Amino acid sequence: MSATVLAGQRTAHNRGRRRLSRMGLHIFLSVLAFIFAFPILYLVYVSLRPYGEIVANPNGPFSTPATLTLSNYFDVWNGQNLIGYYWNTAVITIPSVLLTLWISSMVAFAISRFRWRFNLLVLMLFTAGNLLPPQVIIVPLYRLYLLIPLPAPISDNGLLYDQFVGLILIHTTFQTGFCTFVLSNYMKTLSQELVEAAMMDGAGVFTIYSRVILPLCVPALAAMATLLFTWIYNDFFWALMLFKSGGKRPITAALNNLSGEFLTIPTQLAALSVMVAIPTIVLYLVLQRYFIRGLTLGAAKG
Amino acid sequence: MVGVPLAIFMVLIWGMALVSIVLSFTDWQGIGPLHFVGLDNYTYLFTQYQFFWPALTHNVLWLLVFVCFATPMGILLAVCLDRPLRGSAIYQSIFFTPVVLSLAVVGLIWELQYSPLAGNGFIDSALVGTGLMNANNAPDWLGDSSINIWAVILAASWRQIGYIMVLYLAGLKSVDPSLREAAAIDGANERQTFFRVVFPVMAPINVVIVVVTVIESLRAFDIAYIINHGKGGLELLSTLITNNSISEASLIGFGSAIAVVLLVISLVPIVLYLTRVMRSED
Repeated sequence: MSATVLAGQRTAHNRGRRRLSRMGLHIFLSVLAFIFAFPILYLVYVSLRPYGEIVANPNGPFSTPATLTLSNYFDVWNGQNLIGYYWNTAVITIPSVLLTLWISSMVAFAISRFRWRFNLLVLMLFTAGNLLPPQVIIVPLYRLYLLIPLPAPISDNGLLYDQFVGLILIHTTFQTGFCTFVLSNYMKTLSQELVEAAMMDGAGVFTIYSRVILPLCVPALAAMATLLFTWIYNDFFWALMLFKSGGKRPITAALNNLSGEFLTIPTQLAALSVMVAIPTIVLYLVLQRYFIRGLTLGAAKG
Repeated sequence: MVGVPLAIFMVLIWGMALVSIVLSFTDWQGIGPLHFVGLDNYTYLFTQYQFFWPALTHNVLWLLVFVCFATPMGILLAVCLDRPLRGSAIYQSIFFTPVVLSLAVVGLIWELQYSPLAGNGFIDSALVGTGLMNANNAPDWLGDSSINIWAVILAASWRQIGYIMVLYLAGLKSVDPSLREAAAIDGANERQTFFRVVFPVMAPINVVIVVVTVIESLRAFDIAYIINHGKGGLELLSTLITNNSISEASLIGFGSAIAVVLLVISLVPIVLYLTRVMRSED
């Protein structure tokens, strides 16, 4: 009798403690979430304030805003050729993502379906190369880009340097490593029977790749496309090093010349940063599932 | 089907890494024939070049802060958010948002926080506004070469924490729930369950986390570059390479020697990772 009473008291006590710890957890997480969100919220807030108002007030950024306006956005948009930079981004990013998916799905298919002795070696060279810091190879790569001649329709200066095609080449090459690794792991999990059935029906290798394997890989391909788009869109380094002219740079790398030379007003720079951040944030909010799945696929099979 | 992409990859990535090694033994400045100078670049780099040791120290600091703060913090968040909790998805979205931002944008976001009082930076305005600090003593977070590397590493950690959180969360979700149940039946508390049961079976993810942490701190470039091109206290191995060989000078041989140092350091986590992958393939 007394034992059950005691037990009852203990569970009530435990429940109370658990509720308390849960509340503590919520407080911890909300404080942290606020600290995390604050720099972004502040960026947006600054971008909406007229600069004159901040400067004129002795309280600086703490002055109560008399007006919130989109004028910083309009000033940047009208003063700089942003459409041009976004266009450069599209011209580089979209072909790079499609090429990477196409090439790495083929390589992954070959690796996962045929037993060669050097399969593992190929995979290792790809993965290891993808992990190298890009700065390790930039010096010779930059010189190589200055040496390789390209004919007129593809290149307007006769070189690989300072050309969209040069950027597409390095993005595709670099990302193929990671993407092949993920896709080949994914393909290994697919049922072997489907391929055997297709072979019985007399399907060739290419038919198996395009009609059997690729459709099954759509979830992995979608996840990879989301990740690749974000990474290539966010690239700052390659575009900074392999373009001479600021006008050809994609929007992320253009931040470097714009922030240094043309936009010295903090509120306008904030508006520009928001505009650069919006595409990837929207993509993330809409395709969150694919995003997380892509990272998970990459990490799961260490 | 495999040959052409592999050949391009080998030439552009591993080929260029090899060329870096060769060039590091020359004094090439971009014109004329190669002239080999033995270890001269390395001798100069290690003994006389004033920015080398600071840059290496900054990369090591970067790594240490990631190892001691950002990565454990990401793991802690993942463990907190792995349990059924109201609002878990919202917390996750908030912590992950910085990860989808370009590092250049991250640099500009934190410039607004760190700017000096005259530039209306938030932190200094807050410190002075609340009377915690005198306007004359308010630190110049990004301009003062004794503290700016810390400010930049903190900004980088802001992004790294969310990245590690998501990777670790993915690992936690893949842990067989029956393991935890078994541990609970055996009377293990949450802490014991995590350290004795969950953490060991997550070995593959743990390796990925280690590799990501090390590689990201070696790759550090964008934030420092957008703030001040990696100078005045923000020197990193990566910015020394580009500043010496591409953007400001054309010391190809010397810059390549720095690249080789970075290559050798990077190979440590890469080899660790590959041996791990090989073992799991067997």
